[in-house]
Parts: sequence; structure tokens; C-alpha cells
Amino acid sequence: MKKTTSAIYISGLLAFFAGAAQAAEDVGSRNLAAACAACHGTNGHAVTGMSALAGMDKAYMVKTMQEFKTGKRPATVMHQLAKGYSDDQIGQIAEFFAKQQK
Amino acid sequence: MERREFIKLASAAAALAALPGCATSSGGKSIGRVVVVGGGYAGAAAAKYVRLWAPDIEVVLVERDADFVSCPLSNRVLSGGKSIKDLTVSYSKLGSKYGVQVVHDEVTAVDADKRTITLARGNTISYDRLIVAPGIDFMYDAIAGLNNADAQKKVLHAWKAGPQTVALRKQLEAMRDGGVFAISIPKAPFRCPPGPYERACLAAFYLKQHKPKSKVLILDANEDIVAKKGLFTKAWKDLYPGMVEYRANSELVDVDANTLTAKLQFEDVKADVLNVIPPQRAGKIATSAGLITANNRWCGVDYLSYESVAQKNIHVLGDATLAAPKMPKSGHIANQHAKVCAAAVVALMHGGEVYTEPLIANTCYSYVSDTEAVHVAAIFKYDANGKTMASVPDSGGLSSAASDIEGMYAEGWAQNIWADMLG
Repeated sequence: MKKTTSAIYISGLLAFFAGAAQAAEDVGSRNLAAACAACHGTNGHAVTGMSALAGMDKAYMVKTMQEFKTGKRPATVMHQLAKGYSDDQIGQIAEFFAKQQK
Repeated sequence: MERREFIKLASAAAALAALPGCATSSGGKSIGRVVVVGGGYAGAAAAKYVRLWAPDIEVVLVERDADFVSCPLSNRVLSGGKSIKDLTVSYSKLGSKYGVQVVHDEVTAVDADKRTITLARGNTISYDRLIVAPGIDFMYDAIAGLNNADAQKKVLHAWKAGPQTVALRKQLEAMRDGGVFAISIPKAPFRCPPGPYERACLAAFYLKQHKPKSKVLILDANEDIVAKKGLFTKAWKDLYPGMVEYRANSELVDVDANTLTAKLQFEDVKADVLNVIPPQRAGKIATSAGLITANNRWCGVDYLSYESVAQKNIHVLGDATLAAPKMPKSGHIANQHAKVCAAAVVALMHGGEVYTEPLIANTCYSYVSDTEAVHVAAIFKYDANGKTMASVPDSGGLSSAASDIEGMYAEGWAQNIWADMLG
């Protein structure tokens, strides 16, 4: 009996820590994405004149940012800003915006 | 592990999971109070984002003015492209959408030990964490002839958008054709490094149309143009040939406000309209709260949380902070400070850890005519060794040339950043 309950505790704990790790990652991507909001709107909801990022497909956003980075996609400023982000950071930001409602 | 401990952890997990569920309600039990002093680019964004990310934290914003008026874009009031009304945004949505309690008053004192602030009307408000975003104050004591209210009405700064901006436009309207509009620029650091040079462009834009014999004279205390040098010099040469004169190493020593004379170290320069951008320091409350740590002017902060290096539980944002190298005192940077700080405040008040890898951006547009703009951009990341923010190698840069499309983006930038802080 004791063993079984321990096993339940442990699996519960593992789930808790996995959840905590997920939460930390979500906070990290939320924080990174918050920088974009100055031009692209809170949580990616642009009001006018800029691309809305909320609900954008993750793969599309990653591809677009990579194209800004390499200079393949013409831009006025995004080619300069995209170079400030690692591939991993771009992935996190794209994941955050993909989860936001359009 | 004891059963009791597990239950504690489990309920903590349940509490964490429950948080997003509260996001739409401003009711429920508050875990503490954040007071924000100053509702500019930094303070308003911080107030909104703390509520956005933690509906269980009560937020009070204390702001002197009835409405927000943007400094960025305000040089366009001088050229006639914008009115002050176009740059004005209400604080009302901070209350109605986010549950921020906006108090229109001035903070007269901070008691860091008791964790209270005192308002001009007399009552005190207690806080768990205080966010101070007071902007800048002018150091008129450094310019004897300007150190009185009468002189300050004749020689304007127009470096805080509002009545001064409108008054400077009126001075330009009243100036004779063939007159000299002189702008005095203080030694860096000052609020908005490209701003004075943008002002020269937009004043020239107005004068070229209405008083084409006039001149714009830039008296710069610095040894060279502080920001976007190539782009501004090209604009002066191409768009306003013969109108804009730039003088480096021309620090203002004194002013005769009656004769509109700028007194430099070796000469006196008489103007028809004299615009003095005075040297600056962190807004007054930073001094009385004991937050000034650098050159008697700026507030040192931990760039991971923007907590003051001098006072616990007090954070400082925006132009009032001692900037990391190459990090300008811009509205965009102030917005970014706000979010790093909001994330840290929320984490600390929930008993969590401060995020250690903040990345912040700067995108700063300047108009060179009524339609064309240029930018400078950068990404900064935390440098754990130097405990500072450093620009990410190869990131950022300048416009290749002024363009109408960047003029449109500059407008889009303004609308979006205002909505990000107040909408």
C-alpha cells in the first residue's frame, strides 16, 4: 500500500514539475514576445499600419523571420531586428503568437 | 516526502493553473499592491502589463496630467503635420479594460521603509512594490538667465510635449522671414538623442514653405551629431539647402532671454526664436526618494528587474534610469523597460524567480520632412558578466535613406505603441 501511494505521489510530482517547466517556458516566450508588442500590438493585436502577429501560423512566422535574417525578404527595419534573435528565440516567439486568438 | 508537503505542492500547482482563469475578472483576492508613479511611455505600459499578467495584483497609477501627450511625433506640430490633439490619448482604458486605478495627482514623498507614497492632496498609499517612471526634469540651475519663470516663457524647451510645443510653433509663425531659429542641444545623455536634429528638419520644412529666407541654426554642446548623423546631414543638404547650419562644440553657458541671445563660451549668438533644450536629470521624485546614483542625475538599476540599486522594492524605468551604453533614452526603450520590470514584479510577488534572459528592442523613427522618415534600430540582451544590456552583434542599424514608406511606419509605430500602453 505504501509503495503504491508513493508511486502515485511521484507520478503526481513529476507531472507538477513538468507543468512548472512548461510554465517557465511559457513565461519566457511571453516575455520575449512582449518586446514585439510595441509595434505589433499587445499579444500581437496590431491596431493599424503594422502586421498583426496574433494567431499567425508558427511555421510561417519562423520562415518569415529567417528570410528577414538572411536578407531574402526585403524590409525597412525587420531585417535588422531579426538578426538580434536566435533560431530558438524565434521559435519561442512564433509559438507564443500562434497560440493567441486572431 | 510527507503527504502534507505533497498536498502543499499540489495546491500550489492548482493555484498556478487557476491563474489564467482569472484573467478576465478584476475581482478576487489581491495578493498585493503595485503603485506606479508617472504615466508616460514606461509607467503606463508597466501598469497595464502587471495587470495583464497578474490580475491578482492591485495596481495604482499616479499621474499628474489628465491625458497622455506623446513626445515622439511632437516635432511634427512645429511643421504643421500634427496637432497636439493627434498626440493625446486618454488614460481611461487602463481602468475600464485592465482595472488599473488611475489617480491624477502628484507624488510628493516616498517612504521606502514604510513602503508608502504621499500625494499632493495629502493622503498616503501603501505599496508592496513601487515603480517610479518620472521622466526627466530640466537643470535650469545650470543656465542662470533661464532660471526664472519669465525667461522660461520666452525661451522655450518644447521637450515635454504639450503647451510648450504649441507655443514654439506660434513663435515660428510670428518670426520674420529672414529670421534665425536657433536650437541649443545639451551634452548627451538627454531624452531622445535624434530629437533635436529632427526638430531642425521639421522647422526647416515649415520655414522653407512660409519664410524661405530664414535659417535654422543648431548649437550643439556635443562634439558631433549624436544620432543618425549621415541621414540628417543628407536631409539638411538635399531638402533644405543653405537653410540649416550646424555648429559642434557650442555649449550654452548662459541666456539673455530679453534679447534672445545664446551665450556660448567664446561668442554670443542672437536669434529671432531661441529654443533651449536644457541639460536633464531624472524627474524630481527620484531625488527625494533616494534613487539617484549616477552623476547626481540618473537612477542606477538592475537590468533584470529594473529594481533600484539604492532602494529595495522600488523599480525605476525609462528616461530617469542610468542607461546602459548605446541604449538611448527613447519612448520605445521605456516601453521595453516596462515589460521586463512588469515580468519581474509579477514573478517576485508570486514568489518566483526573475527571468534572466531579457531581450529588448529599440526602433526609433525621425521625420526629415512632413512625409519622409528615417530610423535607427537595435536589439539588446542581458550581459551577465557586465551586468548590463549589450547590443546583439550584427543586429540593428539605420535606414539606407529617408522614405515615405518609413514615414508611414513611423505613424504606425506611434498608433501601436500608444495602444500597447493605453489601449
